[in-house]
Amino acid sequence: MKIAVTSQGPDLDSAVDPRFGRARYFIVVDTESGDATAHSNEQNLAAAQGAGIQAGRTVIGLGVAAVVTGNVGPKAFATLLAGKVAVYTGAEGSVREAVEQFKAGRLRAAEGANVEGHWV
Amino acid sequence: MRIAVASGKGGTGKTTVATNLAWLAARQGRSVAYLDCDVEEPNGHIFLEPAIHDRVSVCEPVPQVDVQKCNGCGQCGEICQYSAIVCIGEKVLVYPDLCHACGGCSRVCPEDAITEFPHEIGVVESGHSGDVQFVSGALHVGKARAVPVVKAVKSRAPLADVTIFDAPPGTSCPVVEAVRGSDFVILVTEPTPFGLHDLKLTVEVMHVLKLPCGVVINRANLSESDVRSFCRLQGIPILGEIPDDRRIAEAYSRGRMICEALPEYQDTFEGLLGAIEQQAVAQVG
Repeated sequence: MKIAVTSQGPDLDSAVDPRFGRARYFIVVDTESGDATAHSNEQNLAAAQGAGIQAGRTVIGLGVAAVVTGNVGPKAFATLLAGKVAVYTGAEGSVREAVEQFKAGRLRAAEGANVEGHWV
Repeated sequence: MRIAVASGKGGTGKTTVATNLAWLAARQGRSVAYLDCDVEEPNGHIFLEPAIHDRVSVCEPVPQVDVQKCNGCGQCGEICQYSAIVCIGEKVLVYPDLCHACGGCSRVCPEDAITEFPHEIGVVESGHSGDVQFVSGALHVGKARAVPVVKAVKSRAPLADVTIFDAPPGTSCPVVEAVRGSDFVILVTEPTPFGLHDLKLTVEVMHVLKLPCGVVINRANLSESDVRSFCRLQGIPILGEIPDDRRIAEAYSRGRMICEALPEYQDTFEGLLGAIEQQAVAQVG
């Protein structure tokens, strides 16, 4: 299963980025093989608005089944839901640790946004 | 004559100047309209205490998708620069808050599946305060686009000899919309580094818009004098000064007009009005 973890840096030892829409990187990890690739989210960092929606489109395009992050806003959640990507919030520590938390079932699937959008 | 009151920095006294000028001009027997264009934080009503007799809603057209007709081609999402409409697989999502009402999505849709519906973003109220005709706009909380509400306020301007536009702070689109079309712009500032910094930005905007302007220095007996030298160097007239008087702050905090609470200041605002009219004629003519 492929998952995307929001990250502040480009590798597994980077800290999880608690933000989804304006995360610095998405680290796509294959939970079976452990293979990981980094995808920059730079174009969204300076977006005035709609960052969560665009980030949602990016990770849907990466073909992942789930997103692991700190927080997710309402528009990002709606976008990911439409793309059938599950959202797991509350991840902490390094990306590697977040993957372990996910595999151990310690992260809960979000049923909605857990934070307000930054725009509204 | 259309006079806009702008500032750059917030809290310098735009509304104080705008409401007192309106009140005073009306007392001189002229027909006056006061338009509160600071739609993100309108507060002219606190001082003018108008009786409101008309309230209209300001709407913007936002897309609605007929899922029966939609073929999921995604062209709507590609043309939208604000992610207000996105196509995920076969599903189209619309985020009205982000929509700038350009109509692009409904134009490019090959299946004619997108219709635009009005989405309320604010209201405009009209009324009168004594002899001052009053119009004020308010953008709803959580809505991002102030310009259509400013336009709606201006479109409802009553006929008057003197129309005063109370502009929002800053130098962004709502300010440009508020001051556009005026005969003269009063820039209210305070003699502080922040006041001067934002005054410079606002003067640049006025130059781009080719609008004649002059400066009012509020809390003028604070020590900083750089504002005066900036105006001198730029050739911008100083129309008047309002001193840093605690009694003004107290009247303001009770929502009272300076000219009413402290009648000795009527001369100050009369002088200001005279200076504006003189400058408007001089700079335009």
